[in-house]
Amino acid sequence: MAKDLRNTLADLKEEEALAIVRDRLKAGDDPLKILDDARRAMEIVGNRFAESKYFIPDLVYSGEILKSINELVKPKLATEGEAKRGSKVIIGTVAGDIHDIGKDIVVFMLDVSGFEVYDLGVDVPIKTFVDKVKETSAPIVGLSGFLTLAYDAMKQTIEAMKDAGLRDQVKVMIGGGQITEEVMKYTGADAYGKDAMTGVSLAKKWSSA
Amino acid sequence: MAKQWEEMTSDERQEALFQRWLSPEGVEFVSPEAEKLYKERATRIKDAVQMKKLPDRVPVLLIPSFFPAFYSGLTPRDVMYDYEKANAAWKKFYVDFQPDAHFGCVAPGPGKFFDILDYKLYNWPGHGIAPEHTYQCVEGEYMKADEYDAFLQDPSHFFTTTILPRYFGALEPFKQLPNLTTINEMYGSGIIFYPYGLPDVQAALKALMEAGSEALKWMGYFGAFFNEMPALGFPAGQCDYTKAPYDILGDTLRGTRGIMTDIYRQPKKLIEAMDAMLPFWIQKGVAPAKAMGNPFIFLPLHKGADGFLSDEQYKKFYWPYLKKILLGLIEEGVVPFLWAEGGSNTRLEVIKDLPKGKTVWLFDEVDMVRAKKVLGDVACIAGNMPMDLLTVGTPEQVKDYAKKLIDTCGKGGGSAPSLIMLSRKMSGPWLTSLRNTASTNRHLSNRDSNRVILQRVCTRGYPDGTPSICIRLR
Repeated sequence: MAKDLRNTLADLKEEEALAIVRDRLKAGDDPLKILDDARRAMEIVGNRFAESKYFIPDLVYSGEILKSINELVKPKLATEGEAKRGSKVIIGTVAGDIHDIGKDIVVFMLDVSGFEVYDLGVDVPIKTFVDKVKETSAPIVGLSGFLTLAYDAMKQTIEAMKDAGLRDQVKVMIGGGQITEEVMKYTGADAYGKDAMTGVSLAKKWSSA
Repeated sequence: MAKQWEEMTSDERQEALFQRWLSPEGVEFVSPEAEKLYKERATRIKDAVQMKKLPDRVPVLLIPSFFPAFYSGLTPRDVMYDYEKANAAWKKFYVDFQPDAHFGCVAPGPGKFFDILDYKLYNWPGHGIAPEHTYQCVEGEYMKADEYDAFLQDPSHFFTTTILPRYFGALEPFKQLPNLTTINEMYGSGIIFYPYGLPDVQAALKALMEAGSEALKWMGYFGAFFNEMPALGFPAGQCDYTKAPYDILGDTLRGTRGIMTDIYRQPKKLIEAMDAMLPFWIQKGVAPAKAMGNPFIFLPLHKGADGFLSDEQYKKFYWPYLKKILLGLIEEGVVPFLWAEGGSNTRLEVIKDLPKGKTVWLFDEVDMVRAKKVLGDVACIAGNMPMDLLTVGTPEQVKDYAKKLIDTCGKGGGSAPSLIMLSRKMSGPWLTSLRNTASTNRHLSNRDSNRVILQRVCTRGYPDGTPSICIRLR
């Protein structure tokens, strides 16, 4: 009897989790069901992080294990089409700033939480954000930045969305090492998050509203 | 007869380094006032750090990163490529603000040097970064997960043939260089040396020589600055830096993702590597301190911040090796000057396990009341002026926060005066706005006023046991 993938993965037992996946694939289990269990495991990981039982290395490592699981499962998937996706979220590190570690963790947690994430990368020009909102009609935008230079880039990006007549149709969250409520007010964002799970909570709140 | 270094206790060594720092060799003060100021400032800092007696007032230190460039209307690009302008801007900054120590003008670094070697580890203004912003590290896995053994077996050879080619595009051909530690006979020597004749290796060596010339040229300016500042009355607040072993591996070798994964997949290798690098990185601090007669070695701390490791992981992977570095420095009389970036609230009880009066801790985000309570009888503490406040806050808010810091942790309380550090990440709008007066009108007034407040606090200082202001602009 194969052990429970959800708990094994949530407990970050890499080898055991991969063994379970291999066994289940060999036994002809539905690959989509395996991925769904993995997604649920990530929910547990996210909750443990929010409860301060897990820390950033745990999030990063869970991502690494999930990557390995995806590699095992992918060849067995009948179609490229993934399970249902939630709201669209556009995210990127604002112009002038090339830091990506924090942004990548938020992207990962949003992704495993079912959001359809458009990751625009780092040092993203203002226009790229605006164009992507127009193109995708995503209702949520996340702006990331580590240095204080990001404050003005965030402010200008949000103003550009306003100028393009898009501000009313998007909720904007900002995040990064130096982001506080004062900065949120300065940039004109709707909310800010101190960590990845706050970002996920905000996105969930906004997409269900 | 004076005791030999080998016979001294660590206390005596620290005192000896401080004495050399108090009376710097070969410095010709520009005036008797400058000499008096120098002695007063150095004594003030020494008293605050050693915690044996209260300083006359709390020292004021400013670690400005690129602020002097903005302050002189220059871009980071300007000061990375024009060393004369850089020197002038940094000098103006110290002379105008009159802090109790200077931290050199080393921050910009020689732009052309990085051009010549096609540096990959950072992007810099004009090279992947806009000219008005400062350089930023390019996160990556520069040392692969399976390279610990090569690193452990022969770090020098590993760096020369594996890491340097990844850090510097122009040194890519170094991959072919032989390991010269196997030369011990006439027989075979010719074979070992042949790679130095390969055209691409020779091109790389030429680039290295050219880069060396540029570094030497830059060092001339940098050295002149280090000679001039004490003559003007400013002791040097640091003479070099070292790092925590976990950060050394995590920042620019294994990368954030790499090292966090190693914690689970190969913890023994990680620990072995951190142990192996201890002597190098202790010596990196001890050698310049002894050579220059300056007790202060700077340590920027990164990946041990709150949330970046669990308590258990911090106690297993971060603190023991940082502590070994600190004790290694302290043993040789060096004063580690630590800058704990990010949050430190969960680390205070762990880091207090150090001898008294041997370290300075600059905090970024921390509950300063608790920090003072926990560390107050162990070390000088400093910092905690929020960057967002300095950037987007009003002058009143800045003033209030500074006062609050002074009230909560500024009390001398016997033998533990504290430093306050006002910190911010570099290149922010507050800084750029000083230059772009037209574009950010509304905030200019606030930010300019904030600067003036800081200047006032810095130049006056506070009498009797209240804290200094130490700004780390990043």
